[in-house]
Amino acid sequence: MIFEGLNEKFQNIFSQLKRKGKLNEKDIQAASREIKLALLEADVNFKVVKQFTKKISERAVGQEVLNSLTPGQQFIKIVNDELTSLLGGEIERMDFINGRPNVFMMVGLQGAGKTTTAGKVANLLRKEKKFKPLLVACDVYRPAAIKQLEILGEELNIDVYSEHDVKDPVGIAKRGLKKSEEGHYDLVIFDTAGRLQIDEALMEELVNIKKAILPTEILLTVDAMTGQESVNVANEFNRLLEITGVILTKLDGDTRGGAALSITYTTGKSIKYIGTGEKLTDIELFYPDRMASRILGMGDVLSFIDKAQSMMDEETSKKLEEKIRNQEFDLNDFLDQIKQIESMGSMNSLLEMIPGANKKALKNVDLSGADTKRTEAIILSMTKEERHKPGMINAGRRKRIAFGSGTKVADVNRLLKGFEQSKKMMKQMSNPNLAKKGRMKLPFM
Amino acid sequence: MELSLYERMRNKLIKTKDNFKEKIENVMYLGNFDDDFFEELEETLILTDLGAESAMKITEQLRKKIIETHAKTKEEVMGFLKDILTDMVSVEGKPQTTPMIMMVVGVNGVGKTTTIAKLASRYKKEGKKVMVAAGDTFRAAATEQLEEWSKRVGVEIIKSTKGADPSSVVFDAIGAAKARKTDILICDTAGRLHNKVNLMKELEKISRIVNREGDGFNIHNLMVLDATTGQNALNQAKVFHDCVEISGIVLTKLDGTSKGGIAISIIDEMQIPIEYVGIGEKQEDLIEFDPKKFVDLLFE
Ligand SMILES: Nc1nc2c(ncn2[C@@H]2O[C@H](COP(=O)(O)OP(=O)(O)OP(=O)(O)O)[C@@H](O)[C@H]2O)c(=O)[nH]1
Ligand SMILES: [Mg+2]
Repeated sequence: MIFEGLNEKFQNIFSQLKRKGKLNEKDIQAASREIKLALLEADVNFKVVKQFTKKISERAVGQEVLNSLTPGQQFIKIVNDELTSLLGGEIERMDFINGRPNVFMMVGLQGAGKTTTAGKVANLLRKEKKFKPLLVACDVYRPAAIKQLEILGEELNIDVYSEHDVKDPVGIAKRGLKKSEEGHYDLVIFDTAGRLQIDEALMEELVNIKKAILPTEILLTVDAMTGQESVNVANEFNRLLEITGVILTKLDGDTRGGAALSITYTTGKSIKYIGTGEKLTDIELFYPDRMASRILGMGDVLSFIDKAQSMMDEETSKKLEEKIRNQEFDLNDFLDQIKQIESMGSMNSLLEMIPGANKKALKNVDLSGADTKRTEAIILSMTKEERHKPGMINAGRRKRIAFGSGTKVADVNRLLKGFEQSKKMMKQMSNPNLAKKGRMKLPFM
Repeated sequence: MELSLYERMRNKLIKTKDNFKEKIENVMYLGNFDDDFFEELEETLILTDLGAESAMKITEQLRKKIIETHAKTKEEVMGFLKDILTDMVSVEGKPQTTPMIMMVVGVNGVGKTTTIAKLASRYKKEGKKVMVAAGDTFRAAATEQLEEWSKRVGVEIIKSTKGADPSSVVFDAIGAAKARKTDILICDTAGRLHNKVNLMKELEKISRIVNREGDGFNIHNLMVLDATTGQNALNQAKVFHDCVEISGIVLTKLDGTSKGGIAISIIDEMQIPIEYVGIGEKQEDLIEFDPKKFVDLLFE
């Protein structure tokens, strides 16, 4: 996971920072570089990356480091917030006009996924808005493109207007629109041929189709795997056609999808839908926060930070910290923690977020979700005293506990070992230096 | 013929306003190779989709070379840069002996079917007996698309119905190719994202059939890459290669503004050659890849 890399790098960069309490320029420069690389790795356009990191640095300098977070995480949060607001700053869901047909026009490069997406959108809006949709096939160039739309229409039971052996897309579009009026359709989607934004003749053709049908939405369909050129592509389509929105396709792949940022950043147009598979129902609304995490390669980690923060109140965390310092942290607390974390999701990813946590040490502390139930059963089979003083659990007791919890002695051993290790780790982390500075809110700390 | 095609490609590339060469020229204009110079070079390289890591690697190599040789002129430095890049993309390809079976793979929409039409047309012109197999039984009208191409190009097609097992189409095609003494059989496959385990398994199965039935054929798996693709292309190439052992790459859509820089990183890392380059939507818009010319074109 990229986040691990980023997080680790930030920890090094900011290791001195807790003492200073504020993010200074030099640290931020180093951190910005890491962000820059992460964004480039995600295919965000270089120029956008430059402007973006500049903005981030300006925002981060002089910011208070919250006690609850490590500076690294604080910085990631700033980046993520900024990314989210850029991706969704002007997010507006589509406006639907009732009474007059909604006229959509699909445009984009070759192979972006326009035809399939046209079918998906028609299907989605028929279901959600009870629209009666019509699809119009204007791709007269690619062999069997018309047939493809016809087959989609058949599968979806949606009407398709098409003309075979006619090479005039503008004419087809006009007649398609006429048919939609006569047939009282309230959504007409025009599929157009893929084209390069530098192909003047074909771009001109799109302008003419636009003039002929006066679309209410012009949707630029972009492959989520697009690299640095996404900016030029989007800018040119936008300049010539004034697109109203973007649909990002093939997000079911493992691309980080930086094109999303490049496009919204440079055109100011928002992403309306995302395509997430080959099935005709694989279309979803776009959520800026999810996309931001994806671009940064952070998955759900950010929401963990939030959750961990909100679930542990000051009081509890203060008590816990004291216990750790006084070496009173026992198996009861351990169980509490495990349960609490379990309610938040995957435990290992949370453990990995613990600032300064040693990755190697963590490998031995296997607390993966499947084990939680077993761990709980084992601890519950112990006496109060045993839970408080695990040192007293000898071979005989282990046998009894294993029997009582329906596990094996080896499981009990593993748990006790894991507990000792976590305890050691926590002790290391709650060194006086950090403790003086303030409480850390994450569980296990 | 080949040259005029390159000229066409060059013209198409030059059409793009801020082309590579112009930028490098600008970067080098002042003739002093300081940090700013290297930074801008890095930026220029990254904008070709080569990836930050490769860009830094190349820049570092160039920096060393300049220090070593005390190079002073723009021409010298340009020469070094070209050498470094040419070295990176020079990989020996697999000999294309016939009879041959080509399986064409790649993610959705990269240009597989069109490339097959272009290849078929090319080999046919060379006097080869060519057959195509409609192995994409999944996407709507995929078979019709290849069928239309096969008519235009004038080659035989083996096909089945939508939803049929692609392996069986390929199996039938190999049988037909043997019976009719075909020189080159080119099999289309459905586009699939490399992280879909089931779809990759299906591809593996098709490949197994090809290897088993294609006894006596030179088996050549081509991966099609869209030049517009960013860093994800490297993942794609790796996973597809693990699945079916790719022996060559076709880089499509180079007639657009994208430079296809990611291909450089892919060749460098995986040592799989690019064999052809797609520069348009017509049958004849396919040219043989030549590392030197490719790099030259980047700087033209
Ligand atoms: N400009 C340009 N367009 C190309 C090139 N190669 C293919 N295309 C276009 O890209 C689009 C997709 O091509 P296909 O051949 O259908 O791609 P595919 O990989 O078979 O697609 P799926 O089977 O749907 O995965 C078509 O509109 C082609 O005309 C190229 O070199 N340049
Ligand atoms: Mg195809």
